Amino acid sequence: MAEPPLRPRRRFRQPSVIPGFGLTFGYALTVLSLIVLLPLAALVLRASKLGFSGIWEVATDPRVASALKVSFGVSLLAALTASVFGFIVAWVLTRYTFPGRKIVDAVVDLPFALPTAVAGIALAALYAPNGLVGEQLAKLGIEAAYTPLGIFIAMVFIGLPFAVRTVQPLIVEIDKEIEEASATLGAGRLHTLVHVVLPPLIPAVLTGFALAFARGVGEYGSIIFIAGNLPYVSEIAPLLIVIKLSEYDYGGACAIATIMLGISFLTLLAINLIQAWSRRRFGYV
Amino acid sequence: MNGATPTTSRRAHGVTNPIGSSTAIRVEGLSKTFDTAAVLHDLSLDVRAGELLALLGPSGSGKTTLLRIIAGLDFPDRGRIIFGGDDATQVPVQERAVGFVFQHYALFKHMSVAENIAYGLNARKRSDRPARAEIRRRVGDLLDLIKLSGFADRYPSQLSGGQRQRIALARALAVEPRVLLLDEPFGALDAQVRKDLRRWLREIHDRTGQTTIFVTHDQDEALELSDRVAVLDKGRLEQVGTPDEVQENPVSATVLKFLGDTIEVEAIAQDGQVSVDGKLTPVVGKRGLTGPVKLYARPWQLQFAESSEAHLHGTVRSSYRTQGRQRIEVDRTEGKTVVVEASDTARLAAGLPVGLRIVGGYVFAE
Repeated sequence: MAEPPLRPRRRFRQPSVIPGFGLTFGYALTVLSLIVLLPLAALVLRASKLGFSGIWEVATDPRVASALKVSFGVSLLAALTASVFGFIVAWVLTRYTFPGRKIVDAVVDLPFALPTAVAGIALAALYAPNGLVGEQLAKLGIEAAYTPLGIFIAMVFIGLPFAVRTVQPLIVEIDKEIEEASATLGAGRLHTLVHVVLPPLIPAVLTGFALAFARGVGEYGSIIFIAGNLPYVSEIAPLLIVIKLSEYDYGGACAIATIMLGISFLTLLAINLIQAWSRRRFGYV
Repeated sequence: MNGATPTTSRRAHGVTNPIGSSTAIRVEGLSKTFDTAAVLHDLSLDVRAGELLALLGPSGSGKTTLLRIIAGLDFPDRGRIIFGGDDATQVPVQERAVGFVFQHYALFKHMSVAENIAYGLNARKRSDRPARAEIRRRVGDLLDLIKLSGFADRYPSQLSGGQRQRIALARALAVEPRVLLLDEPFGALDAQVRKDLRRWLREIHDRTGQTTIFVTHDQDEALELSDRVAVLDKGRLEQVGTPDEVQENPVSATVLKFLGDTIEVEAIAQDGQVSVDGKLTPVVGKRGLTGPVKLYARPWQLQFAESSEAHLHGTVRSSYRTQGRQRIEVDRTEGKTVVVEASDTARLAAGLPVGLRIVGGYVFAE
């Protein structure tokens, strides 16, 4: 019989009633490595063959630079828009009962499930100058299809479900008494909304924003049909990668991909930091 | 607290008082129906200025609905709410100047304790809002009042239930409400904390003189804490009175039963004189009350007695001690079990045949 240790040792493994720590932990690490880390590492490795100056050369190529600008700039705008509209949609779906609510609730998920090419063709048909909506817009002098505006519309479309689904469960959980407490203290409706209802939702809104942004940056199928893909105007970075690949320029493709990876990583990191801060500030401790 | 300046809009409401200076709030003929179930029937009640009034009733008696209607969080189908002298029935909750404390605190979790308390002041229009230093001073005073001075920068999640409820109270008091409304304020707390907070609420009330209405289903809480108790049942007001009045002269069996353990005995009345098992009891009903009646008694209004003097007969089922007293369950020969309370002497063995004499009680005309 060994002496029991005087001080409990800090243990990596937490005591738990559910067995299988070793198995699940090992499995998670292996799968994560094989499916996520390995391909990304291979990508960076392939790009690193060009050397830093090689990657820099690709990045500063005017066509690549403008494609990156379109991809990230429009994604940011689209994610912002999706967050605002998504929040309103989530609010309406949880706060009000109206005929057909369940159906609308189900429709929100459609952009998740639809093959993106189908969505792209549908959007292009709708927004083309002879399409249903495009015709009206054309009368106003607005060209939607085959411009960055078209890219924006496609990105909002595919980003919306993320924005809705991340805030919806939190809106459901809002305690009505909190709003009533605010009202008894004399606060008007707008004051209650801004100071009591919204702050706890900020972390969830940011999560939705990050997801919509990431989806927008990576989106390919639905955009290429509506974007027109004019170099320097409405050409997105993922399309440029496909073009490089079809030209057997694997190095160039990997270089653009690595740059996208880097920018995406930094953006998501920044969003996560804001989120961590807002969780401390506004969220539940 | 009381020295701080009220805003002009607040002052405009309650200065004139045609009802009489002692009435702060009048509830007139209030009726309310939810879906198909009626929760309040033609209920009228006067709340006196400066009093601590308990709304006591079983769940479903409509007491919380009444409180919410007074606050302006619900609206009646019929009837009026009069604050001071003004009809407030249509006044929105934001303008009623009530302080409401919820059972589950309803604190703003993303705000510190100080921000929570200052919320009502900060929410005012700029012209009505006190200066920043003034708000800070008032928050400090309130933190002293609730004895949580060092907690200004904590967040609600870092506090215990009792502390949270005190913060909720300070938050409600900060806006200098005309009436403080508490909805089962101690309902979510454990027994010891509940007792401490009761005493503490009484102290605060004595110090501030704030007109206060609180809802409870706990008769001990209502009787210990309040100046007057309003007993509600099935949406009707059964009785209003001081704790002594409702305990000594309950107007109905409902009130009696709700205020404590009650023994029910079949009895015969003869012109007000009530007898059980052919023997006269000290219980006296209204003059002229004749026929079969129900006699109600408290556990301590039964005494052990010789069989020849006893009104009831039975055998001891079990007994237990509580707080210096002894409670004995007796199976009556006629069937029903009654509870007797006696001083804590030797315990009675189960199965022992005993006689019980009624030394007090109530009868009500049906």
